[in-house]
Amino acid sequence: MSINRSGWKPEMSQVGASDTATFTGNRALMLEEPLIFEIGSTETTGVDFDPILPGTGRGTAGEAGGGGGATTSDSLAASPLHRPSDGPPPRAGEDRLGDLSRTAPIGLPGLSEPEAVRHYTRLSRQNYAIDLGLFPLGSCTMKHNPRLNERMARLPGFADIHPLQPVDTVQGALGVINELAVWLIELTGMYGVAMTPKAGAHGELCGILCIRAALEARGDPRSVILVPESAHGTNPATAAFAGYKVEDIPATPDGRVDLEALKARLGPDVAGVMITNPNTCGLFERDMKAISDAVHAAGGYVYCDGANFNAIVGRVRPGDLGIDAMHINLHKTFSTPHGGGGPGSGPVVLSEALAPYGPLPFTERHADRHITLVEEETVGDRHPHSFGRMSAFHGQMGMFTRALAYILSHGADGLRQVAEDAVLNANYVLRSLDKTLDAPFAHSGPCMHEALFSDNGLPEGFSTIDIAKALIDEGYHPMTMYFPLVVHGAMLVEPTETESKAALDQFIGALRSVAERAKAGDSSLKSAPHFAPRRRLDETLAARKPVLVWKEPEAAKAAE
Amino acid sequence: MSRYFTEDHEWIDVDGDTATVGITDYAQGQLGDIVFVDVPEEGKELAKGDEAATVESVKAASDVYTPASGTVIEGNAELADQPGLVNEDPEGDGWFFKLTLSDTSELEELMDETAYAAFVSKL
Repeated sequence: MSINRSGWKPEMSQVGASDTATFTGNRALMLEEPLIFEIGSTETTGVDFDPILPGTGRGTAGEAGGGGGATTSDSLAASPLHRPSDGPPPRAGEDRLGDLSRTAPIGLPGLSEPEAVRHYTRLSRQNYAIDLGLFPLGSCTMKHNPRLNERMARLPGFADIHPLQPVDTVQGALGVINELAVWLIELTGMYGVAMTPKAGAHGELCGILCIRAALEARGDPRSVILVPESAHGTNPATAAFAGYKVEDIPATPDGRVDLEALKARLGPDVAGVMITNPNTCGLFERDMKAISDAVHAAGGYVYCDGANFNAIVGRVRPGDLGIDAMHINLHKTFSTPHGGGGPGSGPVVLSEALAPYGPLPFTERHADRHITLVEEETVGDRHPHSFGRMSAFHGQMGMFTRALAYILSHGADGLRQVAEDAVLNANYVLRSLDKTLDAPFAHSGPCMHEALFSDNGLPEGFSTIDIAKALIDEGYHPMTMYFPLVVHGAMLVEPTETESKAALDQFIGALRSVAERAKAGDSSLKSAPHFAPRRRLDETLAARKPVLVWKEPEAAKAAE
Repeated sequence: MSRYFTEDHEWIDVDGDTATVGITDYAQGQLGDIVFVDVPEEGKELAKGDEAATVESVKAASDVYTPASGTVIEGNAELADQPGLVNEDPEGDGWFFKLTLSDTSELEELMDETAYAAFVSKL
């Protein structure tokens, strides 16, 4: 017989392989990467500048004494392939800094272009993204960003324009803002919309400032904003930032606003309430209309946090529920990228009572279809009660383009299906796991777009964080954990409508497996993640002793 | 010196009209690792039930209410650098603030150690 001398045995044992140290610290495709400050140097740059001549900004290159290597050759200049630069080499301008002139380098890391590209590409490979898999982060609506939106946003007429261009040259872009505004009003059943707020919390502030302006205009400034326990965490922060005292309204045992407690607290000092609907327990506030009526009867206004509008878009119009102001997270409901992929955008729809107080600027379409931008200089006496301005320009243009592309490509039936599928998927997750994990509000009926679990029933020593970290090993970004605060060890799962049943089944299988390991007391969960680029980080130490500025290792040592 | 407790899990040690306030061992256990504490400044006037201090764990911030009215004598400066004292010794070195009481009769509404232990056992 012939003998295979290669020594290669397909069944070769893998035991211990994961403990083998490599020279580089890399593990095949899992590449280690130091901080940019540790690999960069001040001697390297990715850009090739002509030498800059010292000088005062006056005179010629000859007078300044030359900077070296900046001469042009007559023979090269004669070649059609070489176009010599038009003038003398660049020259340092006149230094007007005086005593403020820099005396030492500022220590920014310099890298060549391939080094810079590799640095960020390597880091990006250690991250999780919606383009890699299901991203169940509750309340964040991490859903697929359709590529059609991206294509529209990259059209030069939208992408390569400047907010200070003459409006006659950007009629198409203003048309997008105006048309999106019309559709947001239509979808919410409201009276007006402020397009400029840049994200959800910015929109909350816009709405609360409208409420404050309306109350002050009628000579009835009030001091208190009521916020239920089931609201988003940004709500009380917004109210406090706008100068209001924040008071809690308790939740009922089934996770909703306690209507009677709310009614009991209403009075002449209450400016308004801020309610998240659907709320952060993933539940629809059934009493919303009764809440609005009670608040209005007491002279206050109703702010609705619209972060979860994706669960009701096309099905429920907030205007029909008596809401006075609501922000819409375009980056959630209308699928524009977020979470590191793009900026937020938080237009605020307003009731007829609050619309006169909305911020400038806004677009206005005239009878001849020409669109103008209404700003301080042009508003005249048409919008005299505006509380002012929230941003320098018109808002997040790139997000407007994407959101309008999303709305127009889905149509009324498609948007309704967005809400229906988001709710269906969340209920599938809830009912698939409510025997394995404690689901505190499962008894109260279907959830909306997110399923909420608690750590009740896990053995002593195991908590939500162990489940979350083990999910990282399973290849998922963890769900939102320890929020909302009304549930102990909360796990808030928002699958979104863009996941297939197969994707949901795999995620449910992973979460069930991890939960069952916890219930069986599998101590390996306590040290998860085992397969991530970094093991479990010390969040307490990071919060108690944050290192916010990189220092040279020697300097850092000396400082200790 | 006598110690009283509130249903919001603050304790208060009273010596004449001087009192020391902190949060209970049960409270620190529920909050988890404390990463930041904001204590009131000397001279601040507080009415019973006012928000007097803030305590932050990794996941959430909570308000600490004063169990009785008075004027703050001192906030525990140690907690700025060592918030972990609240976890390690909540009812000793991890105290939050001292105050001069303006109305010691308010203490009658608070729980003693036995009553608080019974209260916690039902949570």
